[in-house]
Amino acid sequence: MFETAFTPWASLAGGVLIGVSATLLMLFVGRVMGATGVLAGLVQPSSGQDFAWRAALLAGMVTGPAIVWLVSGEMPAVNVPISTIALVVGGLIVGVGVTFGSGCTSGHGVCGMARLSPRSIVATLTFMAFTFVTVFMIRHVLGA
Amino acid sequence: MKLIAIYLIGVVFGVGISISGMANPAKVLNFFDIVGTWDPSLIFVMGGALVTTFVGYKLVFGREAPVFEDGFSVPTSRTIDTKLVGGSAVFGIGWGIAGFCPGGALPALGTGRWEVFAFVAALICGIFLAKFVQSIAAGRSADAT
Repeated sequence: MFETAFTPWASLAGGVLIGVSATLLMLFVGRVMGATGVLAGLVQPSSGQDFAWRAALLAGMVTGPAIVWLVSGEMPAVNVPISTIALVVGGLIVGVGVTFGSGCTSGHGVCGMARLSPRSIVATLTFMAFTFVTVFMIRHVLGA
Repeated sequence: MKLIAIYLIGVVFGVGISISGMANPAKVLNFFDIVGTWDPSLIFVMGGALVTTFVGYKLVFGREAPVFEDGFSVPTSRTIDTKLVGGSAVFGIGWGIAGFCPGGALPALGTGRWEVFAFVAALICGIFLAKFVQSIAAGRSADAT
């Protein structure tokens, strides 16, 4: 098991910045900030213009850790407490799930919930519940 | 101009994800492990993001249109079906296994850690797999009608 420190202020500040970026994206281009949509639109773009704004957004996202590093002197922590096989299998399952479910934590959990979309509320409650159960099963039933 | 603005919005998102802890699978998995090594930090991420976006959207939707476009392109579907619920359930299982969600993983690519690239590569394969299955299903239903 891998203990992590409780970081309410950093997490709150991070959450507010996520909200600010979602708001600005809606203000400037009228789009929802959904990581699934960004990625899906990049790997299978419907037009060049469609590709360009998503590529710009992704380039910005990827710059984030470097900015944190410049300001704080440390890269954001990425601790992976699971095997590579679990990581890859989990990634595949996430990809299938978010495509059928039309969104993930950012699209449904933040942007859709903020619009009080019934679809996003149902989606968010569903994936949160299944994540809880999955983590419980893996850690406390299977004991991995 | 538009692409620069979008790039900067991406930077804000990337910094937010980085300091929130969403880019750290150990932290994400601990949030879901209430009876184990619980770390409630992610409640603050979700809460902060949700309240900010809720207020922000209220202000933005007071406008006729976005700055660079003629209109808002928000999802309009209101259908709650098996696809939505089943897909979300599958996503939850994957998130519980890997600890990365797409929004956490994309900015984390910037840390240069190979584990993030492995996850995102698998994620893209999963997206293609699902789209392939969907195209077959669409072809079948088109044949049936």
